[in-house]
Amino acid sequence: MYVSYKWLQDYVDLSGITANELAEKITRSGIEVEGVEKLTEGISGVVIGHVLEREQHPNADKLNKCLVDIGAEEPVQIICGAPNVDKGQKVAVATVGAVLPGNFKIKKAKLRGEASNGMICSLQELGFESKLVAKEYAEGIYVFPESVEVGKNALEELHRDDEVLELGLTPNRSDALSMLGVAYEVAAILGRDVNLPEGKASEAAEKAEDYISVVAEAAEDNPLYIAKVIKNVRVKPSPLWMQARLTAAGIRPHNNVVDITNYILIEYGQPLHAFDYDKLGSKEIVVRRAKDGEEIVTLDDAKRTLSSDHLVITNGTEPVALAGVMGGANSEVQADTTTVLLESAYFKGSTVRKASKDHGLRSEASARFEKGVDPNRVRAAAERAAVLLQQYAEGEVLAGSAEANTLKIEPAVVEVSIDKINQVLGLQLKSEEVVDIFTRLQFEAVAEQGQITVTVPTRRGDITIGEDLIEEVARLYGYDNLLSTLPVGSTTQGGLTQYQQSRRIVRNTLESAGLYQAITYSLTSEAKASQFALEVREPLPLAMPMSEERSVLRLSLVPQLLEVLKYNSARQNDSLAVYEIGSVFLSTGKDQLPEEKEHVAGAVTGLWVNHPWQGEKKPVDFYVLKGIVEALVDKLGINDRIEFRQTERDGLHPGRTAEVLIDGKACGYIGQVHPIVEKELDLKATYVFELSLESLLAETAPLVYEAIPRFPSITRDIALVADQEVSSGHLLSIIKEAGGSLLKEVSVFDLYEGERMEAGKKSLAFSLKYFDPEKTLTDEEVVKAHTKVLEALEEKAGAVLRG
Amino acid sequence: MQERLKELQTEALERVNTAGDLKELNEIRVSYLGKKGPITEVLKGMGKLSAEERPKMGALANEVRDAIAAAIESKQKNLEEAAVAAKLAAETIDVTLPGRPVKSGNHHPLTRVVEEIEDLFIGMGYTVAEGPEVEKDYYNFEALNLPKDHPARDMQDSFYITEDILLRTQTSPVQARTMEKYEGKGPVKIICPGKVFRRDHDDATHSHQFMQIEGLVVDENIRMSDLKGTLEVFAKAMFGSDREIRLRPSFFPFTEPSVEVDVSCFKCGGKGCNICKKTGWIEILGAGMVHPNVLEMSGFDSKKYSGFAFGMGVERIAMLKYGIDDIRHFYTNDVRFLKQFSIHE
Repeated sequence: MYVSYKWLQDYVDLSGITANELAEKITRSGIEVEGVEKLTEGISGVVIGHVLEREQHPNADKLNKCLVDIGAEEPVQIICGAPNVDKGQKVAVATVGAVLPGNFKIKKAKLRGEASNGMICSLQELGFESKLVAKEYAEGIYVFPESVEVGKNALEELHRDDEVLELGLTPNRSDALSMLGVAYEVAAILGRDVNLPEGKASEAAEKAEDYISVVAEAAEDNPLYIAKVIKNVRVKPSPLWMQARLTAAGIRPHNNVVDITNYILIEYGQPLHAFDYDKLGSKEIVVRRAKDGEEIVTLDDAKRTLSSDHLVITNGTEPVALAGVMGGANSEVQADTTTVLLESAYFKGSTVRKASKDHGLRSEASARFEKGVDPNRVRAAAERAAVLLQQYAEGEVLAGSAEANTLKIEPAVVEVSIDKINQVLGLQLKSEEVVDIFTRLQFEAVAEQGQITVTVPTRRGDITIGEDLIEEVARLYGYDNLLSTLPVGSTTQGGLTQYQQSRRIVRNTLESAGLYQAITYSLTSEAKASQFALEVREPLPLAMPMSEERSVLRLSLVPQLLEVLKYNSARQNDSLAVYEIGSVFLSTGKDQLPEEKEHVAGAVTGLWVNHPWQGEKKPVDFYVLKGIVEALVDKLGINDRIEFRQTERDGLHPGRTAEVLIDGKACGYIGQVHPIVEKELDLKATYVFELSLESLLAETAPLVYEAIPRFPSITRDIALVADQEVSSGHLLSIIKEAGGSLLKEVSVFDLYEGERMEAGKKSLAFSLKYFDPEKTLTDEEVVKAHTKVLEALEEKAGAVLRG
Repeated sequence: MQERLKELQTEALERVNTAGDLKELNEIRVSYLGKKGPITEVLKGMGKLSAEERPKMGALANEVRDAIAAAIESKQKNLEEAAVAAKLAAETIDVTLPGRPVKSGNHHPLTRVVEEIEDLFIGMGYTVAEGPEVEKDYYNFEALNLPKDHPARDMQDSFYITEDILLRTQTSPVQARTMEKYEGKGPVKIICPGKVFRRDHDDATHSHQFMQIEGLVVDENIRMSDLKGTLEVFAKAMFGSDREIRLRPSFFPFTEPSVEVDVSCFKCGGKGCNICKKTGWIEILGAGMVHPNVLEMSGFDSKKYSGFAFGMGVERIAMLKYGIDDIRHFYTNDVRFLKQFSIHE
């Protein structure tokens, strides 16, 4: 809502308060003022000029040479390119030395050889927004009425010496969508009075009811419809002050009739509509739900197909307006209109909202109806419009009005106790202070034994419960006057859950290992959604996505981590390690919430070790990533429940992928991105992992101290020859099983696959550490255990000591 | 004889003194102190001396021998030290060359801010509550006093999946879910961080996905002054101990009264600058007293209980705190951006 500071003074005395001071006060007590615009900011030296002569520029087809009286001793010559400039016009002239918006200074100039001493201005050049310039002047200069005086300040003649406050209204404060609403608010803040507009049109002998009858068939959608008839109107431009006020409010002037309806819309917050009575084609107004498939061409010349959800004004047979949203083109007021049918009605918010939404048509009118207009202003607005039509369109107002009225107006009565107010706000106000605040708001308030009963005017439909009243008290009392305290009462133990703590550990572990945390979008494209997914399901799509790129919920974190690598790689950061912790979404059926599973994924590309001056440079490989995952499960104390198994997965290198299992159940994977995919993404060798965080963090073992060994251990190293296909993991598990309780640690310390080996064979060397916590081991005991190991290796895997 | 010994001493000390290395020194040792050395020779002639002179001469010979031995030992130490020094001198390295890099990543700035806020409120007795990103219309709107055709739903156009399921537009549904779990019994003190989604085109100031963090306290006798005090603690912890806050009336369907909260500008201290748009204040969050309808719908008796809630955009806090100018940076994950948040402040 744009509020003209000058206009507001019609209703509230603003003496002693500048627009900026007022803005601050309004902001601090309830409605945010998003800006204050001085309409003449950066403009000077623009006067009314009279075009005495106009002739074609001798050297330019599209230019005019004008002689303009600007109230100076001599008329000045001005070259003007506007197509509509002509002899006899009163125009706005930026004289030499004038400044226009954008710090555009007017200087003496020569245009194609002719002197030009100033500029004849369009409204746009005077800082008007194009969309607010009346259509007839949109493409050229503005022409003043005859009556203006040459040499006067043109901006003052345009009533531009004003400031406009832009209110950012929250949905509950639709009462401030009118000048009167803002006036009540400002009056309450300042403790001043509200002056309402006065006057009544003198009525003709003829009755409106003789011209029109009104039937509201859909009474629930339209409980009140008032039709007034104004005869013999003269359609012409509205007075400059009215045009100026509409422009300040953000509405483009049209003609006096339309401008008056818009003026009332802004003044009362009550949308009106003016029909050309003669074009209605009947003597009745019937308000009803549209028939499915019925059509109307609205004022914007768009043909709209209606349904029974929409309310229409009809002439008894066909629609003439989409109720509360926009009038029909067939009954539009135009220059030749003489009799106006003026509509002032109360339409149900949700009905208007539906129509406005379905047709993508949001108008000043629909915005107000949707939020609920003040039922008490429907009639007052119609009467006020009649006064203005009489005054500024020379109309003859017929007696009375035709109406359909089933509207019951009941102001809300809301109660709240002074104790409750004080408890909620943490204050110690007295009943009288609170009643005084309501009185400033022009609410009727009575305090009786600590109970305050407030009759809320219908203009404030947002106030329905005690808490709403408390807010009124708080904002007018001033939030600055609240104390600062902390909650008292029962103590609570703050903290993270076990899961939340562990998740922080996961972050810290991965970051210590060199991975940066990334956060990517949960929405992705259908193509990417299920790539790399741990668990493949039909991806969950949005009903109305904004783009294909963000149309379904992801099933894996990896595709977007790869995007991150690609993005960075293209910017000279081709060695990079990132991880993400985030949810994937598994559909469980229509109209069910999906299963959201938190995953952790990582992606590493390029060089892992890069310390060139000491000759150390090493690209990432499978074992780098595996080491990171191992460090993670180590940290979580679940390393002995984890197993890695050779596997194949879509999108990954078929020979370099491992399934990760916890307690024998799959919980993730590690692998190299398939070289084809790497090439598509323009990445060097890239390794990824994705693990179900919930599986990893499901159970944690308690930490129990284990005694430090008092006896020495004995280490035996063995080099084995085995078939290529035999995995080290397999040999390791055989060794562990056969080694018995004395075998404490086994590790791989060498792998040889080369020409010195028999074809199809490889050599793997293990280091076995034997140890007895109770005593020093004897050689015999070790030999016994070790022999068992060697026998088992040969028997179960065909692995023998290397000769 | 006596003279001969003195001579030997002088001569030996002279040679020790000029010895250039350990080898030469060892030769000196052998030649003077060895069994076939001159001192032994001299002592062989002791038989010719009188009984009085013999012990004197023996003592003198020992004295000479000790002096030479001491000189050799001292010289040897010097020579050894010099040898070590020479060796170390040859081992000098360029200490200004860079060290081997230790790999290290760090938190995303949003996580950094979230954890900082979580920890602050944990210290005040809050727990961290989380909820699903895909939510029922009921929890996202209805339980928060936003019935189906409420005009305030326009404030946040949503991504629906079906008519009743959508990507949450706020973290407030976690509040509704948590209150439900408490089955009408306070106190509730939670902080809820999480991702939220709105139908916005991504640009420098809008993102279709962003993070919120909300707080909720429900107990008997919770006052609006408690909200103000709590937010003051927050503002000072996040933006500096001399920050002040101010509350401005606002509207949210789930709180009544509702306020927007400004913090005094941490750049200019309130004098007015480009960060605070010359106002001296920066809007950081929305808050209010929990609407009685919300309490009732989640099973709390609004006559007995009252509460406050507050919520903020994590990106906004991070952008203000670190001076980041474009919200898209958070989701592009440019490593040149990410790695700037490794330092502990």
